[in-house]
Amino acid sequence: MQGSLAGVRGNIQRRQLWSAIFAIVGLLVLFIAIIVLLALILQLAIQGVPRLSWAFFTSFPSSKAEEAGILSALVGTALVMLVTAFTAIPIGIASGIYLEEYARKNWIAALIEINVTNLAGVPSIVYGLLAMGLFKSALQLGESVLTAGLTLALLILPVVIVTTREALRAIPSGLREAAYALGASKWQMVWDHILPYASGSILTGIIIGLSRAIGETAPLITIGALTFISFLPPSPFKSDFPFLSFDWVRSPFTVMPIQMFNWVSRPEPEFQLNAAAAGVILVALTLLMNGLAIYLRYRFRKGVKW
Amino acid sequence: MVDQPLAVAARSLFYRKKRHRDLRQRFIEVLLFLAALSSVLTTIAIMVLLVTESLPLFEKVSIIEFITGRDWAPLFDPPRYGILPLICGTFVTSMVALFVAIPMGTIAAMYLSEFAAPKLREVAKPVLEILAGIPTVVYGYFALLFVTPVLQMLYSPFGEKLSEWLPDIFPYELEGFNMLGPGIVMGIMITPTISSISEDAMRAVPVELREGSYATGATRFQTAWKVVFPAAISGIIASYILGISRAVGETMIVAVAAGLQPTLTLNPLRPAATITTYIVQVSLGDTPHGTIGYQTIFAAGLTLVLLTLFFNVIGYFLSRRFRETY
Repeated sequence: MQGSLAGVRGNIQRRQLWSAIFAIVGLLVLFIAIIVLLALILQLAIQGVPRLSWAFFTSFPSSKAEEAGILSALVGTALVMLVTAFTAIPIGIASGIYLEEYARKNWIAALIEINVTNLAGVPSIVYGLLAMGLFKSALQLGESVLTAGLTLALLILPVVIVTTREALRAIPSGLREAAYALGASKWQMVWDHILPYASGSILTGIIIGLSRAIGETAPLITIGALTFISFLPPSPFKSDFPFLSFDWVRSPFTVMPIQMFNWVSRPEPEFQLNAAAAGVILVALTLLMNGLAIYLRYRFRKGVKW
Repeated sequence: MVDQPLAVAARSLFYRKKRHRDLRQRFIEVLLFLAALSSVLTTIAIMVLLVTESLPLFEKVSIIEFITGRDWAPLFDPPRYGILPLICGTFVTSMVALFVAIPMGTIAAMYLSEFAAPKLREVAKPVLEILAGIPTVVYGYFALLFVTPVLQMLYSPFGEKLSEWLPDIFPYELEGFNMLGPGIVMGIMITPTISSISEDAMRAVPVELREGSYATGATRFQTAWKVVFPAAISGIIASYILGISRAVGETMIVAVAAGLQPTLTLNPLRPAATITTYIVQVSLGDTPHGTIGYQTIFAAGLTLVLLTLFFNVIGYFLSRRFRETY
């Protein structure tokens, strides 16, 4: 066989065939992923969309499936996200700036760096245990919006830190040197020159982190989020001075994923329709946020040419 | 030299401003450092809490009994504290997930990195990203109410259950709560994690290696499989390890769709509890500080963290052992 032209041709053809087969298999795998995504969304939509009505958005949970709604869960999700965002964004960006711009190459910086990588791999339910022991028992914050928000903030902190660092790293050092040359201090350089350029990429990371926090269920079950909340937390606005009230952070709460978990784990099929409806809203929220992040990243990558 | 006093004043003003500015700089740096330190404090808090809160349990039960006991029923009378059934459940669901995720993730990565046209890549990557971003409780719903019914349909291909039709080959029934369905769904959820990290690793392989391979007459597939894959193996292993960690720590999919009954079985057709779902199950009830339930979930959490730590350490050494530098 060796040496003969026909043999070589056959060999090439055989290898090309394998290559073509793999290309088909690869496409198939991608198609499976897309089909699963479609099946998931269709299943949710077919079951859930008929339940979506104005009343579903404005009703409290109920023991009758047809009367139950997600008002308290929606408000709870919004409030918890508020706490999460206000904690995770400043701390995350500050850590990112420290690690990327300030930290000297010593063992503390190395330790923090390894630590951030490892924290990203800690299962989310472990953060729930942390919240249970630290926020709930030791700090006596109770089963409140504050506890939940802080827990989720810790959970998404690594995401914010990592994207901040990547965003800062992508900025050419010429920009830093130019700022120094004009007499800017280090902080002026970071705040006035580097951060504005990095803000787009940082924003992408924040959106991805928050979209993860919105869907997170397990750690909030551990701190004892209730599923049957038939009242709203006190309003953050008051009529008298100082017009703002923070009573809501101590209020018990429920959030969308927990409401969905509660409904899906009930045996009655009517409640599972409610679960599907809640799922539609959850998926729509995360799709929207992920889509926004993908779009922003695409735009910033296109827009900036260093 | 008429303005001597003025120059002195200006200089002293300059130094005062500089001192003020330096002080501000120090202050800002300390603030930033404290923020960065918060992540270290989180880790310390997690480890300290897991150990201290579960210690009281180990005064009642020996660690040997905890690890080797075959029965997990800490809230029953008499209580039994063998964590083996929970580890077993975690093991089976993770294995099912990895059987799906590792081949799918690797093939997708190889295809996207070596075969796909840039246009296709631009469409496929966001789709995979969205797949990774869907809330796990929604995946749980999908596993329970879509994948398991489909599997049950496949399990009785001619209108009769395989377990009744061919009891010798399929001795078990596929139950409504099982580990197979959630395992498969978990695998699909993990696939994007594996594919995206593996793809990055493969794309980082220098193009000269591919050109060298093509120059010797290799096909695309041979280049991808025999040149690029081995060269990127360090990053690929890292992606597998991350996938394993996610599978072991995944909670909601299993909590919704696998039943919550601790069972010592390796059969994925049966329901079981995992370490994570046990924590969920106990915390759904009231668990005041210091009760047995409270101590056992921290012990379970400690086991979980040690397991993921174990895989991470193995992964670290494996990927160092196989690292190629160019």
